[in-house]
Amino acid sequence: MPRFLMYEIDAKAVAANTPPGPELMAEMGKLVEETTKAGILLATGGLGPNSTHVRSSGTKVSVTDGPFTETKELTGGFALIEVKTRDEAIEWAKRFRKIVGDGESVIQEVFGG
Amino acid sequence: MLESVSVTVADSHRAIDAVWRIESPRLIAGLTRIVHDVGLAEDLAQDALVAALEQWPESGVPDNPGAWLMATAKHRAIDRLRRNERLERKQEQLGRELELQQEMAMADLGTQSDDDVGDDLLRLMFISCHPILAPEARVALTLRLLASLTTEEIARAFLVPVATIAQRIVRAKRTLTEARVPFEVPSGAELDTRLSSVLQVIYLVFNEGYAATAGDDLMRAGLCEDALRLGRILAGLAPKEPEVHGLVALMEIQASRSRARVGPSGQIVLLLDQDRGRWDPLHISRGLAALERAEKLGGALGPYTLQAEIAACHARARTAADTDWARIAALYDALAQLVPSPVVELNRAVAVGMAFGPAAGLELVEALASEPLLKTYHLLPSARGDLLEKLGRLTEARAEFERAASLTQNARERDLLLERAAACARAAS
Repeated sequence: MPRFLMYEIDAKAVAANTPPGPELMAEMGKLVEETTKAGILLATGGLGPNSTHVRSSGTKVSVTDGPFTETKELTGGFALIEVKTRDEAIEWAKRFRKIVGDGESVIQEVFGG
Repeated sequence: MLESVSVTVADSHRAIDAVWRIESPRLIAGLTRIVHDVGLAEDLAQDALVAALEQWPESGVPDNPGAWLMATAKHRAIDRLRRNERLERKQEQLGRELELQQEMAMADLGTQSDDDVGDDLLRLMFISCHPILAPEARVALTLRLLASLTTEEIARAFLVPVATIAQRIVRAKRTLTEARVPFEVPSGAELDTRLSSVLQVIYLVFNEGYAATAGDDLMRAGLCEDALRLGRILAGLAPKEPEVHGLVALMEIQASRSRARVGPSGQIVLLLDQDRGRWDPLHISRGLAALERAEKLGGALGPYTLQAEIAACHARARTAADTDWARIAALYDALAQLVPSPVVELNRAVAVGMAFGPAAGLELVEALASEPLLKTYHLLPSARGDLLEKLGRLTEARAEFERAASLTQNARERDLLLERAAACARAAS
C-alpha cells in the first residue's frame, strides 16, 4: 500500500509564531485519533518554526539559520499515512484542511517504504 | 468543454471511491446493528453509494460524507421494509420501522458517540470472522466488509476466479443470516475463542501477502498492509487485549524485513543473511511499541506476543552475530508449551543449536525425525543438514540438503538447497 507524506506550507499560524488554540488542538487530536483508529497513520508531528538550510554547491557546503521570511517554506506539521490510493490521501487532507482553516497542504508519495 | 466536464466526473468518482473506502466499514457496521442482517446492510450501503455517485458529481461531496451515506442508507432501509411488508410479519416490521426512525432521529442529533461506532465495527469484525464460517469465507468477508476491498481485488490477491470469491461472500452472508448469528461482542470464555478467530483471519491475510513473490500482482503483496491495517484498527477497538497488540507487533516486525528478504535476482534471502540496513526502521519501532503495549497489559504472554518477542530479538540485534539465541530458545520453549507443534519444536531446535552448539540442536532435531507431520516438511532436513554441516559431518549434511531440495515447492529455495549440498560435496572431497 502506498505511503504518502502530507505537510503544510504557508501555515499562517506558524508564520505568525502563534501556538494553536485549545479548540484547534482538540479538533486535531480527534483527527489524529480517527486516523490512528483507521489504521492509516504511521507517524505524525508538528514542526518548529526555526529552520536551518544546509546548501551544497560544488565542494562547498554552507549553513544558514532561519527563520526565513518566505512563508512558502513554513511547515505546520506532517503526517505519514499508508492508504490504497492517492485519492484516499486527498480525502484525509480535505478533512484536515476543514479543521485547520486557511492554508495549503501538500501530498507526496513516499517510495521505498 | 465536454472533455473537461468528463474529467470532472471521473475525478469526483475517484473522490467518491476514496470516501467509500474510508466510510464503508463504519456504514455497514452501523446498518447491521439496525437491520440485524449483514447482507442486507451491505446492500443498503451499496444503495447509498449509488445515490452518492448520482448526486455528488453535481452537488459536490457533502461536508460530512459519512453521515450523508448513513442517512441515505437508512431511508432506503425504511423503503425496503415498507415494500416487503407481509401480513404475518407486520408487527415485527412495524417495530423495526419505529426503531429505525428513532435511530435516524438520534443520528440527526449527533448523539451516536465514537464509542458506539467503534463497538459496531468490533461487532462486525467478530461476525465476519465467526467460527460458523469456513476460514476462507471469513477471510473474504473480512477483507470485503472491513478492509473495503472489492470482490475483484480479493480474487486477484488470492489468485482465484472472481466468481469463486463472490460466491464465498454470498454464502457467508447467507450462513450468518440463517444461523441468526447475533451482532454482538462476545463475553466471558467465548470472547477468547472468538478473538483468536479474528486474529487468525488477520494473520492468514498477512501470511498470504508475505508469501507473494516478485512476479506476483502488487495486489497480492498488498495483503500484508491490509492485514496490518486491520490489526491496527482492531488494536484501537480492543485496546485492552494484549494478543491484539502482540499480533500487530509480529506483523509490523515481519513487514520491516520485506525489502531485505528478496535478493536482486528475486531469490529468497534468509533472515540471518539479510542486509539489516534494508530493514524498515519505522515498521520496527512501531512493532516494538506495540509489543510494549502488549507486555504492559500484563498476564501470561499469548502465542502472538511470544512470536513477536522472538521477531523483536532479531530486530534488536544490529548484526546476525549479535542475536540473543538463548532468549529466542527460551521463548520457543514457552511457545511450544502454549501451542505444542512440531514446527515450533523444530524452530526451538534451531535456536538451541545457535545458542548452545550444533550438537545440542541436533539432538532435538533427531527427536523429530519420526514426526509424521514433518514427513514432507523441507525445513526439517534443511535444519538437520545445517547442524550436521556445522559438526563437520558433510556427507550426511549433503544428503539432508538434497532431500530438503526434493521436498520444497519453491524453485528458488530448491536452488539454494542444492547449492548448499554441492558446497558440502566440495568440502568433503
